[in-house]
Parts: sequence; structure tokens; C-alpha cells
Amino acid sequence: MDPTLSLLLNGIVSGLLLGGLYAAAASGLAVSFGMLDIVNIAHPALMVAGAFLVVILGTWLGIDPLLAALLQAPLFYLLGVGIYVAYHHFFERRGDEALQGLAFFFGVMFIIEVGLVMAFGPEQRFLDPWYGFVTLRLGEIDLPLRMLVPALAALAAIGLLYLYLQRSFTGLAIAAVAQDPEALRLMAVNPVRIKRLAFGLSVALAAVAGGALVVVQPVEPSSGQIFIGRVFAICIMGGMASLLGTILAALAFGVAENVTATFYGPSWSPAVAFGWLLLVLAFRPQGLFGKAA
Amino acid sequence: MTVAAPASAIAPPRPAAVARPRHLRFWLGALILAAGLVVALRWLGNDYAYFAGYFILQYVVLGTAWNILGGYAGYVNFGAAGFMATGAYAAIVVRQALGLDLLPGILAGALTAGLLGLGTGYLTLRLRGVFFSIATLSLTVVLHTLVVNWDYVGGSRGAYIVRPREVPPFTSYGEYLFIVMLGLAVISVGIARAVELSRIGQGLAAIRDNERAAEAVGVPTLRLKLIATTLSGALMGVAGAPLPYYSGYLNPEAAFGLAYAVNAIAMPLIGGIGTWLGPVIGAVLLATLQQAATVTISSALSLWIVGWTLVLFVALAPKGILGMVRRR
Repeated sequence: MDPTLSLLLNGIVSGLLLGGLYAAAASGLAVSFGMLDIVNIAHPALMVAGAFLVVILGTWLGIDPLLAALLQAPLFYLLGVGIYVAYHHFFERRGDEALQGLAFFFGVMFIIEVGLVMAFGPEQRFLDPWYGFVTLRLGEIDLPLRMLVPALAALAAIGLLYLYLQRSFTGLAIAAVAQDPEALRLMAVNPVRIKRLAFGLSVALAAVAGGALVVVQPVEPSSGQIFIGRVFAICIMGGMASLLGTILAALAFGVAENVTATFYGPSWSPAVAFGWLLLVLAFRPQGLFGKAA
Repeated sequence: MTVAAPASAIAPPRPAAVARPRHLRFWLGALILAAGLVVALRWLGNDYAYFAGYFILQYVVLGTAWNILGGYAGYVNFGAAGFMATGAYAAIVVRQALGLDLLPGILAGALTAGLLGLGTGYLTLRLRGVFFSIATLSLTVVLHTLVVNWDYVGGSRGAYIVRPREVPPFTSYGEYLFIVMLGLAVISVGIARAVELSRIGQGLAAIRDNERAAEAVGVPTLRLKLIATTLSGALMGVAGAPLPYYSGYLNPEAAFGLAYAVNAIAMPLIGGIGTWLGPVIGAVLLATLQQAATVTISSALSLWIVGWTLVLFVALAPKGILGMVRRR
């Protein structure tokens, strides 16, 4: 096969796998930002915090990173509930969400990042599972398990989330709270309780995504910064509250980044992705897959 | 025959008493304060004092610049680091291409970052609230990537600036930089104050409170927003332009540091948002605290303190220190 074509094919395939990781990182945000209208800028920082805890748990217990991520998820659910309670008490209830709420989450993000530097130092941390160095080959195309396993795990987690939101009463209530909290109140459901639950869920998802992140690449405290733009870009391009849109946007994003990295060098890939976000924001703020407002 | 009505009912309501700007008093006070600072530091004769003084003053400029857009017009800019780095790299380019020194570099930084601000101003046409903030954040990443890949200014390796040992008539280069930054701080605060007390400031406040209503009653929202973003961007560039001269070396990691973006937001919020004095109070308090914590304990801890102060203030005292004082 033509080497350039092979390079392009490989770039697209590993871009799709990378997109799986991005989908995991963005799906929690699709819940908090998309459905609850809470601009959690700290989401990627929480993901990185989850990744650090996975490294510790994994090293200590000698277990798989993805399993460790699942084990710690309840802890992060509680953390998310705590953050939402504070956010609701100080900002949402007062109607000060816009400016003060943004600054609040910006501060939380910064506290997490600097806290990780103080606790673990600025070095990279990693945890290699047994499949970390195994690569499947399909003809010309490489399928490294290091990328494939987290991508599949991420899609499975998002699938479960989708079923939960579609099939359970609480899940439907989460979708409803974004549209009409008053109507929810009339059905004897407390919107604040639903939002608390949903926000906890979104932070737990961030922690699970942290587990996937550890498998794919080493993490450092500042790893979250590059993800802020990514996850918000994916969330907006995916049409905010749509999980399917989020997955499609994440895959497209992964491919765009990876193909750029393959042909022009990895240092250019952020500019392409973020330039894309700027264009989307400027010309189609409702997202590629969203409906016009 | 007309029905006589009581005079008080016909008379138009008296305009609310507008405080007179008292520009002369402000400028005189600022000049006296600045001169006092220069004399006091020369009497102290300590190089570290100039170093720390510059650090605080750069944040006075940065916080004031952020406040013009964020405090007056209500548009939250997460990209302060991007604008600051634009100023810093403009100064480096001017030096490498034309051999020009610090002062022309500052001018170039103001122009470049001002143009960038004008560009983001057009973004506000379509992006309100959170979406504007996210766009500024992405703008920073795009600029960061461009600079990392731009070999002319050193790429990811960074650029060195050999600074002269001293600039007569100043006793040291540190004092020179300090006095330049002091002048820039006075000018920035003066500009912000003039904007706040003018019709522009009233228009921006109307945009902050309700942009659609402001537009409906004929406030020229786009023009005002463009003025605010350009001015805010230019002043952020001014805050960053002397940075390579201050540290003698600049790399993208340092220039685009998240700490600048967090500080630029935290300082106005802590001091009191939407007033010219707020960012000054916030910057002096928070930057002093950071310097003290950096020197005595560690720089990571000093940043941690900034984060906690920001979170605690927005939660417990959303109107900042000025708001707490005025309530009493």
C-alpha cells in the first residue's frame, strides 16, 4: 500500500480510538454543562485528580487502572455532590451563577491542579497494565490495546449512562430538570435533589475517564489544561445535552487532532482542534449536531 | 382653559445627582503616591523591593485591564494569559526585528494585544456569557501553539533578552523597570477610572445588567463592547510587554501560565468588581500575599492560596472588599 495512504489510515484509526477517550472525558460534561447548565470548568481537573488516585490505587493494590477507576468512582460521586451543594448554596440559589459561578469553578480547577503539584510534585505519573504494550494488526492498520481498551471501556460507560438516562425515572428526571424544573416540582420531584445526583454522576464519570487517561498516556497535574478546551469543544459541537452527538464530535475531534499530528507534528495538533472550536463558536454556536435555537 | 396641576407633578424628575469625576484630584493624588513610592524604595535601596514592587504593579495593570471588560461589561475573559503573552512576544519581536528597546516594545505590545482584543470583540457579536469565556480560553491555547511552533521567537526553547546593567539616571535596571511599571499602572488605573465615570462606563454597565434591553433603548452595544475589548486587551498587553526584560528569559510555558489568568480574575473579584479601585486593592493584597508566601514557603503554596482566596471570596463576599466596606 502507498505509505502515505497507510499513514493516513492509521492516523484515522488511532484518531478514532483517541476519540473514545475524549468521549469519556466529555460525557460527564454533557451531563453537567449540557443538561444542568452548570459550567464546570473544573471537570478536566477532576478527571486528572481521578487519574492520580487511579495510579495510587493501582500501584498499591496491584489492580488494573480501569478497575481502580470504577472502585474510586463512588468517592468522586460524593465529591461531586459536595461541590454541587456548595455551588447551589452560594450561587445558583442567589441567581449569581453567571460571573461568580464561573469564577468559582475556575478557582476550584486551580486549587485541584496546584494541590496535585503540592501532593505529588510536577512529574509525570504512569501505570502500565499488562496489555499496555500489545498491538493487534489488521493488515496495514495497527490497533494498540493501550488505545483500544480504554476506548471500548469509555463507550461502554457512555452506553450505560445512555440507558440510565433513557430508561429510569431518575434518568428521565435529569433530562427534564434542564428543560423545566417547575414542571418537575409539580410532579413531586425535588429539582435540587435531581441536580445534586446528576452532578455527582458527572464527576464520577470524570474519575472513570481519568482511569482511561492513565492507560493511554502518563499524567501530570497540568494535564487537565489542554482538556478544558477539548471537552468544551466536543460538548458544544455535539449539541450540548446529546450523548450521541458528544460521541460523534469526540471521534471527529480525535481524528482531526491525530491526522494533524501525523502529518505536521504533534506540536500543531492543539491549534487545529481549538481553531476548529473557535470557528464552530463563531458560526454555529448551537453545535454541529445541535438544533438551531 | 387648562386644568392647573400642582407644579410638582409637572416638573420633570430631577436627574440623580451624578458625582463629579474630580479628575484633577485623582491624577494629583496618583502622582504624589507614585513619587512617594519611588522615594521610599530608593531610600530602602534594596533590589528585591524593586523586584517585588514590579510583581505587584504588573498585577495592578492586569487586574485593571480585566476589570474593564469583566467588571464593567460583564464579559468574563479567561484568556488574560494569552493577551499578556501577546504583549510579551510583541516586545521580543520588536527587539529582534528592529532592535528597539523596552518602551517601543510596550507600545508594540499594546497595539498587538489591542488588535487581538478588537478581534475578540467581534466574537461577542455571537457569543454571550459562558461561550465567550470558553472562546477566550481556546484563543489562549491557539496562541500558545503558534508561539511554540514559531522559531523566530525561540519556539518552545524560549528567548533570551540581554538587559543593560543600568539605564541612567536610574540607580539600577530593577529601579528602571519598577518606575516604568509604576507609570503604566497609574496610566491604566486612570484610563479605567475615566472610562468608568464617562458615558462609556454607563453604557457598559447597561450591557452588563441586560444587554438586550440596552440594545433596545438605543445603547450602541457593539461599539461599546469593541471599545472595552480593545482597551482591555491593549492594557493586558502592556502588563506583559516588560515581562521578558523583567526575567531576562521568556518561554511559552511561563508566558502563558494559568496563574496569570487566575490572578487577573481573582484580583478584581477580591477587591470589588466594577470599580476602578477594586482591582488595585485586590492586586496589592493578593500579589503581596503571593510574594510573601513564595519567599517564606513555596511558590506552589502561594498559588494555592490564590485559588482558595478566589473561591472563598466569590462564595462569601461576592462584592469584594469594597462591597464589605460599603455595606457597613
